[in-house]
Amino acid sequence: MKKLVMVGNGMAGVSFIEQLLKLNPNRYEITIIGAEPHPNYNRIMLSSVLAGDADMKDIVLNDWSWYEDNGIKLHTGHTVTNMDAEARKVETDGGLVIPYDELVLATGSLPFMLPLPGADKEGVIAFRDMKDCETMIETAKAYRKAVVIGGGLLGLEAARGLLNLNMEVSVVHVTPYLMNRQLDATASVMLREELERQGMHFLLNKQSERITGGDRVSGLKFKDGMEAEADLIVMAVGIVPNAELAKRSGISVGRGILVDDYMGTNVPNIYAVGECAEHRGISYGLVAPLYEQGAVLAKRLAGVDSDGYHGTVLSAKLKVSGVNVFSAGIFLDEPGTKALRVQDDLDGIYKKVVFKDGKIIGTVLFGDTTDSSRIFSYIRSGEDFSGREKEVLFGAAGGGKGTSNTDLVSAMSGDEIVCGCNGVAKDTVVEAITEKGCVSIGEIKACTKASGSCGGCKPLVEAILEATVGADNVTAAKEGICGCTTRSREEVVEAIKSMRMTTTKEVMHVLGWHNPEGCTKCRPAINYYLGMIWPEDHEDEPESRFVNERNHANIQKDGTFSVVPRIYGGVTTPKDLKRIADVAQKYDVPLVKITGGQRIDLLGVKKEDLPSMWKDLDMPSGYAYGKALRTVKTCVGNTFCRFGTQDAIQMGIDLEKKFERLSTPHKVKLAVSGCPRNCAEATIKDLGVVAIDGGWELYVAGNGGTRVRAAELLVKVKTEQEVMDWTAAYLQYYRETADWGERTSEWSIRIGLDTIKAALATKEDRDALISRIDKALSLMQEDPWKQIIENDGLRKAFDALTGPTSPEAAAAGESK
Amino acid sequence: MTELIVAHVSEFQERRSRVLKLEGIEIAVFKLSDGSLKAIENSCPHKQGKLSEGMVCDHHVYCPLHDWKIDLNDGKVQAPDDGCVTAFPIRIDELGNVLLSVNLSDMRAS
Repeated sequence: MKKLVMVGNGMAGVSFIEQLLKLNPNRYEITIIGAEPHPNYNRIMLSSVLAGDADMKDIVLNDWSWYEDNGIKLHTGHTVTNMDAEARKVETDGGLVIPYDELVLATGSLPFMLPLPGADKEGVIAFRDMKDCETMIETAKAYRKAVVIGGGLLGLEAARGLLNLNMEVSVVHVTPYLMNRQLDATASVMLREELERQGMHFLLNKQSERITGGDRVSGLKFKDGMEAEADLIVMAVGIVPNAELAKRSGISVGRGILVDDYMGTNVPNIYAVGECAEHRGISYGLVAPLYEQGAVLAKRLAGVDSDGYHGTVLSAKLKVSGVNVFSAGIFLDEPGTKALRVQDDLDGIYKKVVFKDGKIIGTVLFGDTTDSSRIFSYIRSGEDFSGREKEVLFGAAGGGKGTSNTDLVSAMSGDEIVCGCNGVAKDTVVEAITEKGCVSIGEIKACTKASGSCGGCKPLVEAILEATVGADNVTAAKEGICGCTTRSREEVVEAIKSMRMTTTKEVMHVLGWHNPEGCTKCRPAINYYLGMIWPEDHEDEPESRFVNERNHANIQKDGTFSVVPRIYGGVTTPKDLKRIADVAQKYDVPLVKITGGQRIDLLGVKKEDLPSMWKDLDMPSGYAYGKALRTVKTCVGNTFCRFGTQDAIQMGIDLEKKFERLSTPHKVKLAVSGCPRNCAEATIKDLGVVAIDGGWELYVAGNGGTRVRAAELLVKVKTEQEVMDWTAAYLQYYRETADWGERTSEWSIRIGLDTIKAALATKEDRDALISRIDKALSLMQEDPWKQIIENDGLRKAFDALTGPTSPEAAAAGESK
Repeated sequence: MTELIVAHVSEFQERRSRVLKLEGIEIAVFKLSDGSLKAIENSCPHKQGKLSEGMVCDHHVYCPLHDWKIDLNDGKVQAPDDGCVTAFPIRIDELGNVLLSVNLSDMRAS
């Protein structure tokens, strides 16, 4: 078998190998050499890792077993140091010598580091690989001020990530306009304003002169004499093709490794793909062209004909939450071009489409990017719009022929890339639908990764799905809240409101559920929505709640339960502690543990003992089992602590007393810290309150669970009453808009923190939310443990049947 | 097969269950929305979760531990999971007594 060796283990190279294996799986014995100690990961998702929305394992594209399953030899942590085109072999710094028949260079690019004096100081990094991400996350724990040099795509994504890590971030850019390679001045200014609103600072039209500091960076000096303080400097000014090795080995190199239309270099049997290559004078730094190049090379090496690679029209999308920006092609006005523009300052929308000789050659979309895939396809297809240019943005007036999604899809060729982030071609999506039976966007995503990263291609994937199975079948296969229905959460909630439905049975009946009594996903969800919408009229259904909420205790793996009494703010008394100890002894509780939320957990309790134990405890339920407020964790605050600036304990107790027992879409954890040292870990809570001198900061949507996510600043306020009000408004907005089972962190990522901020921006809106949550709170029942103790009917459900303990006794009963 | 009176129908709530201990075996008795009763062994074949604590949907119960779905009529685990729990014939007589049929010699042997 012929030996194929690839230098580089990144997205472009591995995608090429994947396509080669599909075309001709048995032609080569494949070896891949990669310098990073990771399998191939999605580099463009690093900004999500930085933002805390994903971790390393989420962004791995090909895990170790993929290499093994495909018989690929992988050497990670090796850098190729020498290449011998005569003898056809490569050597690595680890001493490997690997012979080849065909050699593919996929060495990618290197971040361009400005040669500033002081650039070698500690704390000066690029934003390029996993290691840079880790450095930023570590730095954010100890330092506060970050400067990002470069206001392009990468720089802004890095800056957004650093903001999420709670650093103060300034972005330095050499021109007056951010993303000037992708945006025109109008869109650029809109973008800047939006990012400023998110808390980013900008130093525009500034040229860096030198980096100051000792061993570690302390600042950045500009040519105009100004200076910025910095504990961390991230250089994101661009990339240079990594062509060093090729150059040393006698391969023709311009900016990158020079390749022909079939990705071949000037040396026989040596090829280059991706960011390291230069094709017709262009080295690409975005992902879509790299996949197209990989496809061409795969065909060549598989022995399949193709008409080669002819360059790519570039498009770009900024992956920053709350900002929709898209640009493609030639978007600046030039002699001979005419542009159609729509600018709506009220909604922050800007659309520009540039025409030349009737054809679209470029576009910039800001605020609303739903047209992006449609317009981008016009650019690529070169459709002539002479005389009807306006249809592109306004649709065909007077019955003219509008382009439907189906036309759009049928005009696409099979190997055209649909999802630029993951390099998924149209054919792959179609195959997932026709051969693997995918009938929804979610299934296609799980199957092919299409639309799984930035989500920009979702409308296009939807269109392909529709075109492939027919619009009617898509409707039928539309994703519902669970397998019992095709209705979405919004449709269900809307129907409950408009038809005034008040029981789960009614909802399932009226909305035509496939399974008459639903399943464990929809029944609790509907029970929650009903209670949230009709706090007065909906009677909570214990049989539609999970075991823990039904029994007001947490089931353990052996069928026993755990009991956590309410200890407001984590503050207890010797008297309560004694009682807890007595109860634990009386009922032979096998394990007593302090929980992470500052409560006491009595584990291993038999179900039938629960009611009498609650009675002996004489404390309210701690709701450690519920989709409700769990705990408010506090530090001692200024009551005892010399650093405390406010009464954190009282604030925590007040919050817990106000919101306890309220149903929420998922569990809610709060914390109050008395100073920014944050001993109560408020910044990984659903809502965390941090006292500052003269006020309070409210952080929201943090999580300390499976996916750690730092909470983001919602607002700074002065008084305790304002803390209460903002918390009430925030919790009610969460109750009203989150999916059942969705934590605040997921909810905030889904709808965007800016949407939340906007919903709470005016006092009027907050007051409306507060009045609705107050109503729900006023209608709430008393402590559930007390109810069960005092009600024989409820209590009986905890006992086993007293029926015959022996068959003889039962048989005797029968004979009577 | 022996038929035993184990309870009265008034002791059950719809879509809820009660537990019965017999010869060292736990049996979960469910009342469905149509008023009928179903009895199965109270142990999920997966990780022995207590099925009596599961959510009842029509004639199925979902195990509270890992959401396995079990048909209360025959005790069969539904796809994609696989397995079976013992189901016991059960009926309500005209006085409202709940009668469970068990094979005592089998139960004692196990």
